[in-house]
Amino acid sequence: MAERGEPKSGSRLEKILRAGHFAFTGELGPPRGANAEAVKKKAAHLKGNVDSVNITDNQTAVVRMASWAACIFLLQEGLEPNFQMVCRDRNRLAMQSDILGAYAHGIRNILCLSGDHPKFGDQPNAKGVFDIDSMQLINLVKFMRDEKKFPSGTELDEPPRMFIGAASNPFAEPYEWRVQRLAKKIQAGADFVQTQCIYNMDRFREFMKKAVDMGLHEKCYILAGVTPMKSVGMAQYMAKSVPGMDVPESVINRLRGAGKGKASEEGIKFAIEQIQEFKEMEGVAGVHLMAIEWEHMVPEIAERAGVLPRPELS
Amino acid sequence: MRLNYPANIKIIRVPCTGKVDVMHLLRAIQKGADGVYVVGCIEGTCHYNEGNLRAKERVNYVRMRLEEIGIEGDRVRMYNLSSGEGPTFAAYAKEMTENIRNLGPNPLKKARKAEQDRSD
Amino acid sequence: MIVAKRKPIEEIKKMLKGYKKVLNVGCGTCVAVCLAGGEKEVEVLNAQLDMARRLEEDPIEMGAFTCERQCDREYLGTLDEKVKQYEAILSMACGAGVQFIAERYPDKPVFPAVDTTFIGVNQGVGWYEERCRSCSSCVLGLTGGICPVTMCAKGLFNGPCGGTNKGMCEVSKDQPCAWHMIYERLKQQGRLDCIKELQPMTEWQNQVPRTVIQPGYRKPEKETEQQKA
Ligand code: SF4
Repeated sequence: MAERGEPKSGSRLEKILRAGHFAFTGELGPPRGANAEAVKKKAAHLKGNVDSVNITDNQTAVVRMASWAACIFLLQEGLEPNFQMVCRDRNRLAMQSDILGAYAHGIRNILCLSGDHPKFGDQPNAKGVFDIDSMQLINLVKFMRDEKKFPSGTELDEPPRMFIGAASNPFAEPYEWRVQRLAKKIQAGADFVQTQCIYNMDRFREFMKKAVDMGLHEKCYILAGVTPMKSVGMAQYMAKSVPGMDVPESVINRLRGAGKGKASEEGIKFAIEQIQEFKEMEGVAGVHLMAIEWEHMVPEIAERAGVLPRPELS
Repeated sequence: MRLNYPANIKIIRVPCTGKVDVMHLLRAIQKGADGVYVVGCIEGTCHYNEGNLRAKERVNYVRMRLEEIGIEGDRVRMYNLSSGEGPTFAAYAKEMTENIRNLGPNPLKKARKAEQDRSD
Repeated sequence: MIVAKRKPIEEIKKMLKGYKKVLNVGCGTCVAVCLAGGEKEVEVLNAQLDMARRLEEDPIEMGAFTCERQCDREYLGTLDEKVKQYEAILSMACGAGVQFIAERYPDKPVFPAVDTTFIGVNQGVGWYEERCRSCSSCVLGLTGGICPVTMCAKGLFNGPCGGTNKGMCEVSKDQPCAWHMIYERLKQQGRLDCIKELQPMTEWQNQVPRTVIQPGYRKPEKETEQQKA
């Protein structure tokens, strides 16, 4: 692995990756209400089983407890959060102040996203802000961290030393451009990348090969996205109705072939096989497991995929 | 051939239904006509290519604008026939008259009457 | 051109409630071309209002006047005398025209009869599509002549996002993804380099009312006096 310079943030996730361990991250969606217990309950399933937990930010444009607030609960519970921030809901001023506040509270990872369009949510005519885009947000965090300045040029008294994440979708057209786009995110300042859920393994292998050829895996840690399928219905829904998702017919058939009541076990088996392949795949530095509303299955999946125990760090 | 058609119809000749403007139709109703219909050539046979298609669009537009203000759009209609179809012409005239009878008089007349009564 | 849609009749009726004599002012430029507020639309709306108010036994007298351009003082002079005879003005021009009229006759209530919708193109009779948000910082030179501010649902400057769906935008199966088109066009022209570099944060210019004074021109000093003259 090439020289990566000084640690950027000192987050657990960064340390794991720098030490060359295969990272394993999880995801948690905050509740639709001011329910602290709900966050803690979900977090309990993840504790000790993942290196860091992405906290979604009004995912699919549906209002939930603020991502940074849920991140703080995770810190209190002894887990490391990965603060997701979308460009849909705040302008650049609010972004900067949220980044400072999050860092001051001990949040060390941030994942910069465009965000789903408000149209997908239950308040579809809310004004999407999109003052800046995800690429510019990555660059903004990097600028604040490395230059210790606000975009205006004014000095920051304590810079937010964040480990900067980005998303990558190898499965949306134009395919040829997706690797270029990843390169652009790295150029903008991404330290790590988590991909869209992978089901089309052929296309992902191709994508990784190109990324490795361009040396992107040496400039940025690439975590492969995995979401176990719970049912044939879920697979069909994802294939048809989720933009930018590529679920091949073969995956749906495999779930269907498992027989009645066995599709979810087959989904987990497929996820485990994927994780095992990613462990060996050149350029893949870890897995990001998005067990949507299935947090309680994470310990079992982690165990069976052989990623436990998580490494201890000094 | 002389054909009978209802005497309450006033015919206005135009060279092509493409000449009929939305305001001609709207004004007819505004001025108190109970109904107005446009009789054009069969679709696809317009001498000017699409005069009758334009007329149909305009008729639909006027129907929509009337509905908006609470006047039945069906007071305005479009019919198509070819020249020399006298009996069809008479049949359409009867059909339209029947239609208007069902709808009753132009509601603006009632309103005007009420107004006059008030000012008396 | 500027594209507008006529407001629903109910909304217009509500604004004109209580007025007995109203002048409807159309505009002969953009809104006439897009069939929203030209001479013909003034006539139709007046006929509708006349009939609607008679049905309610509360007649209204509607005047009609369509000027060449409501956003240009040069064409408004002939309106001054006419306006005096009316209690209120209904304007079928775009929002700029409505405001220009309101500014010229500050003692008259002025009401909009259309919703100004976008700057767009004429795709066919009665069919218009948005193309420009007048952001004041045009990037079309870098994006193959396709505007990311207008045509991308998220206004991304470094697209495409991960939602691109078979070349369509994540928001609708009928809306092509702007960034997919940008990519295809630049690829065809061998200019993909244009979008390889990070496009930095936009310095938005459209946060305050903007004024343009072309080089070689200046604002007349006593502008208000001139306006009155
Ligand atoms: S799918 Fe394309 S047009 Fe739609 S928001 Fe994403 S980049 Fe923009």
